Amino acid sequence: MRTSATIGAGMAAVALLAASCTAGTTSQAPQPAPAPGEQVAITVASQFTDRELEILNRVLDGFRAEHPGVTIESRGNQDDDKITQAIRGGNPPDVAISAETVNLGQFCSSGAWQDLGPYLARDRVDLEQIPRAVRDYTQYQGKRCAMPLLADVYGLYYNAGLFARAGVTAPPRTTSELTELAKRLTEWNPDGSIKVAGFLPVLGSQANHPWNWAPQWGARWTDGQGRSTLGSDPAWQEMFRWQKELVDFYGWDRLVQFTAGLGQQYSADNAFQRGRIAMAIDGEYRTGFIEHQAPGLDYGTAPFPVSDARPELYGTGLTTGTIVGVPRGADEAGAAWELVKYLTTDTGALVELANGLNNVPTTRAALHDPRLERSPQYQTFLDMFDSQALVPSPASANGSAYMKTTEDFGVKWQSGQVADLGAALRDLDAQIDAAKSLGGR
Amino acid sequence: MAPPGRSPFGRRLRVLAFMAPWIVGFTAFFAYPLLATGYFSFTSYDLLGEPAWVGLRNYAYLFAGDPVVRIAAANTVWLVVVLTVLRVVFALGVASVIARLRRGVGLVRTLCYLPALAPPVAATLAFVFLFNPGTGPVNGFLRVLGVDGPLWFNDPAWAKPALTLLTLWGCGELMIILLAALLDVPAELHEAAALDGAGAWRRFRHITIPSIAPVLLFGVVNSVIFSLQYFTQAVVAGAVASGQAEVVGSSKVLGFPDNSTLTFPAWLYQQGFHYYNMGYASAMAVLLFAFSLGFTIWLIRRMRIGVEEAA
Repeated sequence: MRTSATIGAGMAAVALLAASCTAGTTSQAPQPAPAPGEQVAITVASQFTDRELEILNRVLDGFRAEHPGVTIESRGNQDDDKITQAIRGGNPPDVAISAETVNLGQFCSSGAWQDLGPYLARDRVDLEQIPRAVRDYTQYQGKRCAMPLLADVYGLYYNAGLFARAGVTAPPRTTSELTELAKRLTEWNPDGSIKVAGFLPVLGSQANHPWNWAPQWGARWTDGQGRSTLGSDPAWQEMFRWQKELVDFYGWDRLVQFTAGLGQQYSADNAFQRGRIAMAIDGEYRTGFIEHQAPGLDYGTAPFPVSDARPELYGTGLTTGTIVGVPRGADEAGAAWELVKYLTTDTGALVELANGLNNVPTTRAALHDPRLERSPQYQTFLDMFDSQALVPSPASANGSAYMKTTEDFGVKWQSGQVADLGAALRDLDAQIDAAKSLGGR
Repeated sequence: MAPPGRSPFGRRLRVLAFMAPWIVGFTAFFAYPLLATGYFSFTSYDLLGEPAWVGLRNYAYLFAGDPVVRIAAANTVWLVVVLTVLRVVFALGVASVIARLRRGVGLVRTLCYLPALAPPVAATLAFVFLFNPGTGPVNGFLRVLGVDGPLWFNDPAWAKPALTLLTLWGCGELMIILLAALLDVPAELHEAAALDGAGAWRRFRHITIPSIAPVLLFGVVNSVIFSLQYFTQAVVAGAVASGQAEVVGSSKVLGFPDNSTLTFPAWLYQQGFHYYNMGYASAMAVLLFAFSLGFTIWLIRRMRIGVEEAA
């Protein structure tokens, strides 16, 4: 009896201790900016390394020049795991930069990243200068706890040399045109294996993911209540059926053999850069990779084709990007906000970052700034960004869980393991919603 | 009256002082995390906010709601069975050959142990490239022999066997331990049995195995625990073979291809640190701990009985 009482007391003590092991509270009132001449030290955590970190640091120098009293320690190679642990341990950076917009739901709902609303209101920051889709992926359920720091836009890359050889003069605008062209551009080896794929329809390979494709069909992830709509939105079925037609054209076994022999997505061996894929979906950053890794490649870019049933969508595409915020418990929240504001609204800073990182700047002023370096291929993505027709993937309280569940399903579907697409998608909804309910937010 | 330090109280104090580093380590790094994990497993906890008590909800989802955890558990059980058997048999086989060598023993022993020194991530990267179906030398060599090699890490049916080959290649540590045990088997027992007409297999079965039984037991238990915790190689191999190489961050290709390399610990990690379901991840950890403990105790008892019967 005494032993069990002791164990019970111990458990209770541990539970209390465990429950108390969380970081401090969120401060709602905006902290003042440092006074002129006031000495303040802030830390910035980002996932950037090497060349990219150098570019960020150069831009931070611009902030230092404007705020000589502020000392900045820039820590690279800090992914979301590390930043989260630092916040949890009560020793967060003052400014956090994340490349995973889907995690924003968690950052906002848990209060791990501070609500920037009061700062924006105090400093009268005009959010209209940022495209709607980008504004969407930097807030969660009406709470703005991040600002956008450059964006990615996804579109079509096509091999102009292969197009010319096949007598093709313009990129496809609809998915049926894409299918027809993919078949025309595909080249086979004598043994029947794929030599050049017109378009690689394998989900999970290269940049082929449900979230990158979905905007082209107008497919919606969630309804107004945040419930999964893969089973109820017919656009998803249309997308998966379009994919399966192309998979069947190539043959699943041949596709597996072909993709297994392709180079890594972000290496110089990238299949599009090596001419092994005639058309591919990818982000604007690919133009930078091609410039450095395959400068001789003759290629063009265009918006990715859209569903035949929704031609008005042409010009749309997925947008995602890097986000920046002020973590809960930041020592110098006022100075941190000044830096966030500088990084996300100062045209010079955005242009310098965009030129260095080959990403799209996130304000209209920076987008139209003459200092922004632009090739014809890169211009496609700038135009798409300016058109306001972009779509983000929704942030979720359990991060990218819904993305993996959907991609797992796509892998089963494309390899012929799913008999009833509609029923399977409805089952997928139930799985995604059940997983979301684990967090209880 | 006993002099100070020689009294029972003083002796206890001295013993406690000597044990203090272990007690502190045990409490901080085992007892507290274990109890905290047990507590979190009954909560909804996202690592960042306050944990909220949810009773058995995480366990209900673990046993009835999560379709992926069943796949991950099946993969881990596969690895436990196959890796444990092959690891022990392979290491024992190599050790037996080395124990019989008369010349160049040091060199062979070193060569067999060297792969164990390779960092797991580097070894896995090398293996994925070696076994690349299109460009890797392994399938190239098989083609020369007229054999169409499998897709290895790109085929759900071959991904786990490929991981098994990788693990066997690096089992030098177990091999060295078994070699030491084999060299300790009294030679006169083998000589006496040979004089009595016992063949090589009977000598191995009735002399070698009972003599090295405690070391074999260690090898089996060690391999079971190693397989239950299989993580790094599976995650790296899946990510690299998929062509994404997104090992860090919110990797969505975890388990590539078709979740065939998704292990229980990898899914646990993903749930806890990438999906922010630390309460659910804690429930998974509790289950893994209970299973490991129960299975190890059962294994030790069974093997002791077997050893006693063999003796």
